[in-house]
Amino acid sequence: MSGFFKSSIGRKIAMALSAFFLMFFLLQHFAINILSVFSPDLFNEVSHFMGTNPLVQFALQPILIFGVVFHFVMGFILELKNKKAKGVSYAKDNGAANSTWMSRNMIWSGVAILAFVILHFIDFWFPEINTKFIQGDWSGLHNGEFRYYHELQEKFLSPVRVVAYVIAFVFLALHLLHGFTSAFQSMGSTAGRKKTLQTIGKIYSIVVPLGFIFIAIYHHLNHNH
Amino acid sequence: MNLTLKIWRQKDSNTKGQMVDYKVTDISEHMSFLEMMDVLNEQLIAKGEEPIAFDHDCREGICGMCSMYINGEAHGPDRGITTCQLHMRMFKDGDTITIEPFRAAAFPVIKDLVVDRTAFDRIQHAGGYISVNTSGNTQDANAIPISKEAADTAMDAATCIGCGACVATCKNSSAMLFVGAKVSQYALLPQGQVEAADRVKNMVAQMDLEGFGNCTNTGACEVECPKGISLDNIARMNRELMKASI
Repeated sequence: MSGFFKSSIGRKIAMALSAFFLMFFLLQHFAINILSVFSPDLFNEVSHFMGTNPLVQFALQPILIFGVVFHFVMGFILELKNKKAKGVSYAKDNGAANSTWMSRNMIWSGVAILAFVILHFIDFWFPEINTKFIQGDWSGLHNGEFRYYHELQEKFLSPVRVVAYVIAFVFLALHLLHGFTSAFQSMGSTAGRKKTLQTIGKIYSIVVPLGFIFIAIYHHLNHNH
Repeated sequence: MNLTLKIWRQKDSNTKGQMVDYKVTDISEHMSFLEMMDVLNEQLIAKGEEPIAFDHDCREGICGMCSMYINGEAHGPDRGITTCQLHMRMFKDGDTITIEPFRAAAFPVIKDLVVDRTAFDRIQHAGGYISVNTSGNTQDANAIPISKEAADTAMDAATCIGCGACVATCKNSSAMLFVGAKVSQYALLPQGQVEAADRVKNMVAQMDLEGFGNCTNTGACEVECPKGISLDNIARMNRELMKASI
């Protein structure tokens, strides 16, 4: 087993496992964020639970960070290895004849997502870590009220940030359109090649990013509420 | 037909190559692509120039020897065929056709359009076989009952001719369709079970050692494969390796 994850196939299985974890995380992140549209109070309560629950903070959060970093680092390592394996490029290469743009450009959609993750961390995660772990304020309160909904609305005041988020989610959709079914194939399952899972993959890949786009635009247009 | 050809010329493995333009005239649309190359070479020889080196053998689409990356696709724009079965009717009079060798670090160019595909042989040597005593007491293979589905799927995998189009097409130069097919053809049959774990481990290790890239499931190999080898074989190889490693 020790050499398994050093092999090419072991690494693609590791990529797929981290992808499944991240896709599950994305779904729960979306489920919580969409609450902000329907019920600010419920969004505040769930955010406070996620932000202060020891299991989430000290077990799931480190696993998530490891998953995110692993997926990016391994993605770049494999891309470099693959570039080296190709050697000389073709003078004429008609990739569109046999594969989708999404499948051939996972590294670029991945780079766009990485840029977004950095922006997202600066926007939300670093301030959160600062408040809780450096200032030691675990109350979740600001002026006697839960601060989460207010912080969310404040961030989406900026049209530049909203545009950046929308672009990032378009790239996320492109990444998922190939990644969702690709992860199944890497795990040795042919289910990703069957119509049912392809349809589920398409729905997931479009609905979730579109939902995030909706949330960003909604809060930009409804910041007085 | 009159055509302009942009062809990769490279004197040997140590010399830098380049694309060179050629004009070829009076090509019949009924010719195969290799026959068109023969005509061009005859014209070059008549002019006292070095003919273009390219691989070919059976010219019946079954040996896997011919290669060439034609207009950006392995074995050209047609489907389910090797270059020898590609006909000039796929092109139009006045077309410019780009012809390059199969590209992969593990397939170094020997000369012009000829590449060294012996990496595939070494992968096969690492485990692409079953050990059978052939001293005269060999059991008839048909004595072991095999389901029709398993026999058909194994045969589908076994149709891989090892031409390397999958590697040439893959943006990562991955050999996983080839290795997946070779692993699968035995993994599906009872005769292959005894050495199954060692086979997949050794063949994958050799594949990695040869410097082939990693599969990212673009599916391009399956589309360009002259024998229609399915991506299911890669999934099966992944399962086989997981099973062998746990």
